[in-house]
Amino acid sequence: MHMLVCGGTGCHASAGEMLFENLKKEVQENNLQDEVQVIATGCFGFCEKGPIVKVIPDNTFYVQVEPKDAKELIAEHAIKGRVIKRLLYIDPVKKEQIPDSKHMGFYKKQLRIALRNCGMIDPENIDEYLAADGYEAMGKVLLEMKPDAVIQEIIDSGLRGRGGGGFPTGVKWQIASKNHADQKYVVCNADEGDPGAFMDRSILEGDPHCVLEAMVINGFSIGATKGLIYIRAEYPLAIKRLKIAIDQARNYGLLGTDILGSGFDFDVEIRYGAGAFVCGEETALIRSMEGERGEPTFKPPFPAQSGYLGKPTNVNNVETYANIPVIINKGAKWFASIGTEKSKGTKVFALAGKINNVGLIEVPMGITLREVIFEIGGGIQGGKKFKAVQTGGPSGGCLTEKHLDTPIDFDNLLAVGSMMGSGGMIVMDEDDCMVAVAKFYLDFTVEESCGKCSPCRVGNKRLYEQLDLITKGKATEKDLDKLRNLSYVIRDTSLCGLGQTSPNPVLSTLDNFREEYLAHTNEHRCPAGVCKDLIRYEVIAENCVGCTACARNCPVNCISGERKQVHVIDQSLCIKCNACLEKCKFNAIAVI
Amino acid sequence: MELIKLTIDNRTVEVEKGTTIFHAAKKLDITIPTLCYMNLKDLNIEHKPGGCRICVVEVEGRRNLAPACATECFEGMDVKTHSVRVLNARRTVLELIISDHPFDCLICAKSGKCDLQDMAVKLGVRDIPFQGEKSTYKPDYSPAIIRDIDKCIMCRRCETMCNDFQTVGVLSGIHRGFEAVVAPAFERDLDHSECTYCGQCVAVCPTAALTEVDHTQQLINDLSNPNKTVVVQTAPAVRAALGEEFGMEPGTLVTGKMVAALRQLGFHFVFDTDFAADLTIMEEGTEMLDRLTRHLEGDKEVKLPILTSCCPGWVNFFEYYYPDMMDIPSTARSPQQMFGAIAKTYFAEKQKIDRKDMVVVSIMPCVAKKYECTREEFATDGSPDVDYSISTRELASLIKQANINFNLLPDEDFDKPMGESTGAAVIFGTTGGVIEAAARTAYELHTGKSLEKVDFEALRGFEGIRSATVDFNGVDINIGIAHGLGNARKLLDEVKAGKSKYHAIEIMACPGGCIGGGGQPLHHGDSSIIKARAKAIYAEDKGKKLRKSHENPDIIKLYDEYLGKPGSELAHKLLHTHYFDKKAKQVLLD
Amino acid sequence: MTKIKSLADLKKMKSSLQSQVALREKSDNPEGRILVRVGMGTSGIASGAKQVMEFLIDELEKRNVDAIVTQTGDMGYSYAEPTVEVTLPGQEPIVFGDVDQKKADDIIEKYIKNGELLDGIIPQNYETIDKK
Repeated sequence: MHMLVCGGTGCHASAGEMLFENLKKEVQENNLQDEVQVIATGCFGFCEKGPIVKVIPDNTFYVQVEPKDAKELIAEHAIKGRVIKRLLYIDPVKKEQIPDSKHMGFYKKQLRIALRNCGMIDPENIDEYLAADGYEAMGKVLLEMKPDAVIQEIIDSGLRGRGGGGFPTGVKWQIASKNHADQKYVVCNADEGDPGAFMDRSILEGDPHCVLEAMVINGFSIGATKGLIYIRAEYPLAIKRLKIAIDQARNYGLLGTDILGSGFDFDVEIRYGAGAFVCGEETALIRSMEGERGEPTFKPPFPAQSGYLGKPTNVNNVETYANIPVIINKGAKWFASIGTEKSKGTKVFALAGKINNVGLIEVPMGITLREVIFEIGGGIQGGKKFKAVQTGGPSGGCLTEKHLDTPIDFDNLLAVGSMMGSGGMIVMDEDDCMVAVAKFYLDFTVEESCGKCSPCRVGNKRLYEQLDLITKGKATEKDLDKLRNLSYVIRDTSLCGLGQTSPNPVLSTLDNFREEYLAHTNEHRCPAGVCKDLIRYEVIAENCVGCTACARNCPVNCISGERKQVHVIDQSLCIKCNACLEKCKFNAIAVI
Repeated sequence: MELIKLTIDNRTVEVEKGTTIFHAAKKLDITIPTLCYMNLKDLNIEHKPGGCRICVVEVEGRRNLAPACATECFEGMDVKTHSVRVLNARRTVLELIISDHPFDCLICAKSGKCDLQDMAVKLGVRDIPFQGEKSTYKPDYSPAIIRDIDKCIMCRRCETMCNDFQTVGVLSGIHRGFEAVVAPAFERDLDHSECTYCGQCVAVCPTAALTEVDHTQQLINDLSNPNKTVVVQTAPAVRAALGEEFGMEPGTLVTGKMVAALRQLGFHFVFDTDFAADLTIMEEGTEMLDRLTRHLEGDKEVKLPILTSCCPGWVNFFEYYYPDMMDIPSTARSPQQMFGAIAKTYFAEKQKIDRKDMVVVSIMPCVAKKYECTREEFATDGSPDVDYSISTRELASLIKQANINFNLLPDEDFDKPMGESTGAAVIFGTTGGVIEAAARTAYELHTGKSLEKVDFEALRGFEGIRSATVDFNGVDINIGIAHGLGNARKLLDEVKAGKSKYHAIEIMACPGGCIGGGGQPLHHGDSSIIKARAKAIYAEDKGKKLRKSHENPDIIKLYDEYLGKPGSELAHKLLHTHYFDKKAKQVLLD
Repeated sequence: MTKIKSLADLKKMKSSLQSQVALREKSDNPEGRILVRVGMGTSGIASGAKQVMEFLIDELEKRNVDAIVTQTGDMGYSYAEPTVEVTLPGQEPIVFGDVDQKKADDIIEKYIKNGELLDGIIPQNYETIDKK
């Protein structure tokens, strides 16, 4: 028998460690070492009900187990084989006890559609993909369906672009199919640029064939025989696996001429991007593929009318494509049954920041931020207080406590001043200064703006400079209005999505954390203790024992004091490196 | 054509489908302010990158503001061009642009003619609420063009001219974000790029980011030096445009006033480049006839078509891009250089002036001429045939500096002998003119007959590429004409592929020829101005007593007294040149 | 490699591939082999998955354990890379996180050989789509 004790940080904080020790002790005392193994596991992601104990092989799932319960667990469950009912999870809807983790709703929080094969198959072996129903959707489409029917299926599924825009994929295909030309193109946008986001990379690395399959389906339905994958050169492994996948598919005749005897020809080429963020924007991406400077062009004409080399072109993101074969195999109805009214299916998120389970998750649309952060994500690191979550990449907004129960979908996130973006989700805790956070994102957009239109080129720079002044305590409350007006104008006048959304981190933090801004402007104080110009390190006299650790570790020798005497920091020399605070064992250094 | 009805500022207007908001508003006499937008209608260039965002307007139902220059109208569209939201956005965007621009208007080369300055005046900007970093770059001084890129506002007009129209492709956007700027590849300076110095970038730059090299101070110094004899020559296109700088209608001919002004400025001899243009026809026409005759006689060695060689931008272009075809252009020097060579030999000897004490200045509609006169092959013992060239704009500025009331000046005549010219020389200033002038002379010399109709209407016009067939006494001579280097490239590629049907081709780098040159008064995107100048040129031709170069009495005298005959050894030494493979030079630099 | 020329071919190929997989994975087959998958996405490799995979291949062979070691994509547990999934015949797959050489050694000795679980396993907390 195995007793799995959650060793995640969340449970750890709620006395999980003591529980673990107690269980081990009990096993020893009862001489059960050969029969019962107590194992600390990674986070179950169910931290609000922690600590968790799961018993294998019977899969009994205990929640909110306290250290003192160890005795009973061993005596009752391990020795007598009796389930301890009071520790079982009570389903909040059905109000009944659930003994078995397999029947818990919690485990249905993540649903892997786009990531269905990631971590399941060998991406370099096409046979494993074939065994997992690979290329079956393509076969069905090429041999049993008409292009219009395929497009209708995608429209009916309600699938929307996963790259950030959320445009209905089927409608996009339909427009491209209606524009007639001697040559059309299908482009897979794998220029994933959001900092910290890696869902597209993971799909291409873990399941490259699903993207190829979807591109053939896309090509067939709009009448394109050429596919291009625009991928950033910083993804060497994804490129390598794609190349292998393309070769294997060609060898099997799943790419090339007369695919599966259907008479339809389609082949795929890889194009490399140099990693400019703006090239994720489809018109800029096309310009870049043509060998021009990667900057967006005015729409219309849309790529579906005049795209790559002036030909009708359909551009979809990797994750969007990853959904296509499943929709064809399982039907639009099935897909549309998942998610919210206007956002169907699932979304992959890259969870990052001050969260325990940093990683890649795929959840149905409509799940709340709370569920994602506290259940799947395992809550905040070190048991600190949640402060904000930033969704939508560098140009998303920062959402707060009051938004935690918002169901995540394209429209809801927009409505609360953020966006879906490509699925970055960065969690912040009480130690994060929201002005500094906004400044951090602006730094990114300033760097990545292509410079074509003036509001984005100059405006974002000025936004950054304004924020910089605020973090240095050199701005006034009046400047906040200036900041807001400038943000509105940049949003209102920029040429492409980058500039139209770049002020979001500023606007959302101004809205949700105005007090924090005011502390910077009016009191010249950074409440989170982040902005270096607004904080100072001081010795708390009653805690200082005069151990000299701080003075010995200060790189600029600005701390003085005799042994066993209270030390003093010379503020004029302090560079705020935090070394003294880290070295002090007596909580005698404080940031003020 | 489908018609669309929309409302702009509560007024209804009907436009063709595909019309932009900007043009629809124009129909209602509403001029939406623009900065990066440029419409050279006659050249089929509508530059609307949608970059500056000054022209934004509010469209009912649209989430953000729309750039009027690039947004197409749709049925039932409701547009507001001056709502509070629009005015605030427009002003803020302008403030942003200005916040990254030097505040040196007082001493700026473009002051008074700057589109950015005009916009600041128009919107009444009094304060820049954004202090912050300004982008700075290394200035770039070439022999003809100065790039002061701190003043670049990323309108990208220069790029459109350089890449799309001229297909030279030297200027393009580099770097990202705040550092983004227009520059030659790898941030080389122009002198180390394939720049032809055509100056079309200068002609369209809204600010002083691109200007011509200023020679006015040097000219003032030379004029006030008692030991120097300063000789001036004026190109034909200058007289058709100079008046614009003094508020006259485009297309006003100011030849006589210009001569008077030059005299008042203190030039010792006021001559005409037209004289040298007639000389060019004698040399180039002879070469053309020679090649044609040999061709007609079945000589397989002879290279045809013959290409004109009087445009220095064009010469640079083929030296960079077609170095394998350097035996095709005529070897005749440009009129500017022929003038300089004759002035510092024939004329200097006549006047008994030492070459070293003579300064030859040219007034040119051109920026590339500034470079041309610095070419080493056009100097004797380090003394250039033409010392420097100033643009039409610089001349206007000099006249203003000298308190000359240009508009009231009486007409005066050029000095002799190098001021005499024919109508054939005058039309050098417009596209098709050189080849028409050559045709007039070649026809008569070839056929021995007198031309009944001097005007070759078929060679005139504004189309980028034109062709005509001239009947040379039963022999059809095919003539091609291109203005704009992009058009030239098309004809040259045909020649390269062996598919060209032409016997002779005239090429001018600038739109409309020299009248649309990079040194002319700014047309601010109004290409009808260029057309008006062409009209003036043809009018001056028509008014001339003599209209064929070989009838110019002072040219005849020059050959009699000095050169012998066209193509003579001395003529070759003074009036012909050779070309260089600049591609090779470029490779060496890499 | 032969070309797949029709949908029927494709389906035939799939079922033969699937039965191969079943043969090696399914519990009711006494000859089922041990399947070890190493998460070899960029994050995995950056945290040392390649070394772990090499170690597993070499050591399983040296220690005479009949197992198939394959690579797979990112499993999503960035906080616990490298990750290794072990499927013993007839049992649910178990994912081990933060695997280094020492832990890989433990996986072989304790879990693969004796069925003992180790600290630090990662509970699977997602649903997959029903393939049919």
